[in-house]
Amino acid sequence: MQASLVKRLWYLIKEPLDGWLMLLLGLIFVLSLFVLYSASDQTFQKIDNKLVYTVLSLVVMWLVASTRPHTLMNFAPPIYALGLLLLLAVHFAGVTVNGSTRWLELGVTRIQPSEIMKIALPMMLAWFFQRFELSLRWWHYLIACALIAAPGLLVLKQPDLGTATLIMAAGFFVLFFAGLSWKVILAGLVAFAASLPIVWNMLHDYQRKRVLTLIDPMQDPLGDGYHIIQSMIAIGSGGPWGKGWLNGTQTHLDYIPERTTDFIFAVYSEEFGLVGNIVLVLLYLLIISRGLVITARAPTLYGRLMAGALTLSFFVYAFVNMGMVAGILPVVGVPLPFVSYGGTATVTLFIGMGMLMSIAHQRR
Amino acid sequence: MRPSRLKNAQAEESQLQLRLLVVYAFILLMFALLVARFVWLQVLQHDHFSTLAQNNRISLVPIQPSRGLIYDRNGVVLAQNYSSYTLEVVPSKTADLEATVHALGELVEITPRDMRRFRKMLAESKDFEAVPLKLKLTDEEAARLAANVWRFPGVEVNAQLFRDYPYRELTSHVLGYIGRINPKDKERLAEEEKTANYRGATHIGKTGLEKIYEDVLHGQAGFEEIETDSAGRAIRSVRSTPPVSGHNLKLALDIRLQELADKLFGQRRGAVVAIDPQTGGVLAFLSKPGFDPNLFIDGIDPQTWNTLNTDWQKPMVNRALRGVYPPGSTFKPFMAMAALQSGALTPGQILPAPGYFTLPGSNHQFRDSVPSGHGAINLSKAIAVSSDTFFYRVAWDMGIDRIHPLVSQFGLGSLTGIDLDGEARGVLPSKEWKAKRFAKSREEVRRWYPADVVSVGIGQGFNAYTPLQMANATAILANDGVVYKPHLVKEVVDTKTGQIRRVEPNPLRTLPFKKSYYGVVKEGMAAVMRPGGTAWRLGVGLKYAMAGKTGTAQVVQIRQGAKYNAAALAEQYRDHSWFIAFAPVEKPQIALAVIVENAGFGAAAAAPIARALCDFYLTGVVPPELKGQLKTLPPEPAEQDKKDTASHASLAG
Repeated sequence: MQASLVKRLWYLIKEPLDGWLMLLLGLIFVLSLFVLYSASDQTFQKIDNKLVYTVLSLVVMWLVASTRPHTLMNFAPPIYALGLLLLLAVHFAGVTVNGSTRWLELGVTRIQPSEIMKIALPMMLAWFFQRFELSLRWWHYLIACALIAAPGLLVLKQPDLGTATLIMAAGFFVLFFAGLSWKVILAGLVAFAASLPIVWNMLHDYQRKRVLTLIDPMQDPLGDGYHIIQSMIAIGSGGPWGKGWLNGTQTHLDYIPERTTDFIFAVYSEEFGLVGNIVLVLLYLLIISRGLVITARAPTLYGRLMAGALTLSFFVYAFVNMGMVAGILPVVGVPLPFVSYGGTATVTLFIGMGMLMSIAHQRR
Repeated sequence: MRPSRLKNAQAEESQLQLRLLVVYAFILLMFALLVARFVWLQVLQHDHFSTLAQNNRISLVPIQPSRGLIYDRNGVVLAQNYSSYTLEVVPSKTADLEATVHALGELVEITPRDMRRFRKMLAESKDFEAVPLKLKLTDEEAARLAANVWRFPGVEVNAQLFRDYPYRELTSHVLGYIGRINPKDKERLAEEEKTANYRGATHIGKTGLEKIYEDVLHGQAGFEEIETDSAGRAIRSVRSTPPVSGHNLKLALDIRLQELADKLFGQRRGAVVAIDPQTGGVLAFLSKPGFDPNLFIDGIDPQTWNTLNTDWQKPMVNRALRGVYPPGSTFKPFMAMAALQSGALTPGQILPAPGYFTLPGSNHQFRDSVPSGHGAINLSKAIAVSSDTFFYRVAWDMGIDRIHPLVSQFGLGSLTGIDLDGEARGVLPSKEWKAKRFAKSREEVRRWYPADVVSVGIGQGFNAYTPLQMANATAILANDGVVYKPHLVKEVVDTKTGQIRRVEPNPLRTLPFKKSYYGVVKEGMAAVMRPGGTAWRLGVGLKYAMAGKTGTAQVVQIRQGAKYNAAALAEQYRDHSWFIAFAPVEKPQIALAVIVENAGFGAAAAAPIARALCDFYLTGVVPPELKGQLKTLPPEPAEQDKKDTASHASLAG
């Protein structure tokens, strides 16, 4: 009797979840606990916090996963509008830290509205294309571009180049899966390349410095270049097999900056080596593969667009973070998905996963 | 319609499949690229990076800039650097810390104080950080240790720049001190994105000018990239960028005046602030007692720290900046300015000044300090004899709503903006202030009673100001309402280019008082120093015209709840002695406020100090009893002056 109750409860809990994704997330989570323990000098405080926010995020994910995609879809315009309003509020009344205005002070807590846009923008666009699926004309793409540009430019103004790029990329992925013509994409790429000098002029000094530092870290070996040099030394000295868990000298001699958050991959890479890196890349690749399978099987246009955009965004996060720590991409504030310490980004990621799962369960 | 829609959907689906394939291929390519990068870093370049990681302690060596020096107005050095050897231990590299420390103790003497500081710093720092065991080694000790360090892994003898404050207690509350960078400092530096410039730095300004001017004093770190062999020995320097020294500070402060004030105070507690009214430059800024800032530079040992902190005289409290005292009668000149400007009183108006004052419809007596009163007098005379009943009446006629906005013009009750941290605001009472101050109390306490204003008129009641605020207000009055921001640092000197940046050289504003009113009030203050005035004895033998005002403040302790020393108890209940002054009256060059705690009547203790300081500043005369006792003042002052100007010129050049 009791056994069957447990069984029914278990069924109730797992029903909306996706087995593959849960397995992969579980593996990454276990791995991330080990890295975080090492990165936080073998103390438990950050581990405890991570456990708490992960459990909370899982609850949120479960709730999202048990909601039908189209129920959520109907909320897309108001959520997008709210996000845009909050971004405007940031623009006029935000909190400035280190010269960029990204936060809103709400008395009890601070929120970062650009984080909401990472999901709100693709939702809005997917809703938009679903709504006009049968009457789609070329100018619909123009409206879509405006929907992307509005939050993109506001975040760019903060200034937060990294997040602006991620938001606009998420929007572009929806356009791409909605069937934006290859010609337009190609033309866009050419136009982008041509506009690079103009963009360069618009960049803030510190942003330019980051790009220059990437090209030659020794330009500023004590300042910006320091992060890249030290994390490259960490990765390189890790070697094929790594120095072993808790044995990373770069990590424990305090050479890795931000080593529980944006640069946690350097810690992992130093201690687990090339083998560890390949394992992590494979785990990410499997999550992405599963996401693309869900995209291919999604029965509605909204589902396809959303699943595709979420999966590609996830790829971009993982790739940009590892690329930055390995010194092939400029330093932008992107955490390593599910591994870096930090609650806000994790909640966003888990909501994305919840949406994927909910789409996966949609019947044709 | 139906078939075409179906076809459309099919086409759409195959298009999606194609795009998914393209995307997947792209993702695989990018991940392959990433893995290729890992292979390059971790397999092909592994040896290179391993070497770098192994030698990471020395491959990139930051070079510390030398910290800017601090001079007084005549070029006398108040804060300087010197190089010396330090014995340091890196705990993570030693096999047995206790044994190592013990063995080192046989090579050089390690005192219990060294040991206490070492233990404290050990607890506060990370394992791989070098912790100083013994500072300021003699040449012989350094040589002996250098010859033996090979026996002790993790032990280093390093040359280091140290900071020294040669005038110790005299400058403790002005210069503050630098101290070891702690985790909190590190956090702040990271937040301000200054970590790079502090890489390898051990010290940072903690209080006083050392803190406020940290950014200009610290300088720019340089670095040297050093190639090392497998044993970690430096082979050659690959390239280096030299550090840029911090800027020097030149203060408006005159250390001789500062020392004279210190000597005049003797063992008494209190504060002196002297300001040049024409520029706002602070000439003297003393809080008694002080402490020796040199103790803090390399971590103070817990025992000395306790002694300083539990001393009933509170040497760590900056009385000039943060000590809030009722001003007593020194408040009257500002009250007089307000009364004239508001029209409540005309310059020549004569009012009765009897032995007591009562409010209409009340029989409560507000008594004068002179029981017989002063007869019928005008404003100047009321200031000269310090009549209380005169000012009770004026305050009652004006009411607090007219007093507050006018007196506040002199900066009383607001921050002066001096270049020091933690200035106290003091209290210039108003209805709003009282309601806010007693917000949690009953209505009867919170309300402003008309009678409250009476004692405000003579500087008692809720009035409370810092010595700095009183000196600043006196300077503004002396300067006929032209307001300068008081500042200790006069010039910031770029040591590399010789460029000089002057600090706060322009007046902030001019007060809206009628010009002639200053003359009336100043005449009253000048009369204080003449026969019949409250400080007439101190006016005897003046070689210039001096104006002043005595004050006696009923005691309110600086800090409540402090531990009392039984022997000091009686003394601590005595009144504080105040004196504000400026001179020469025609064109004031110095304005000052002096408070001597628990020393009674203003003319008794504070006024003689003010007179001696003005004498020295304006005529160079030192009180006979102090001749030969001043370190900053060698026997022939004239010659010294020449030398000072010379060194000043070279500094500026």
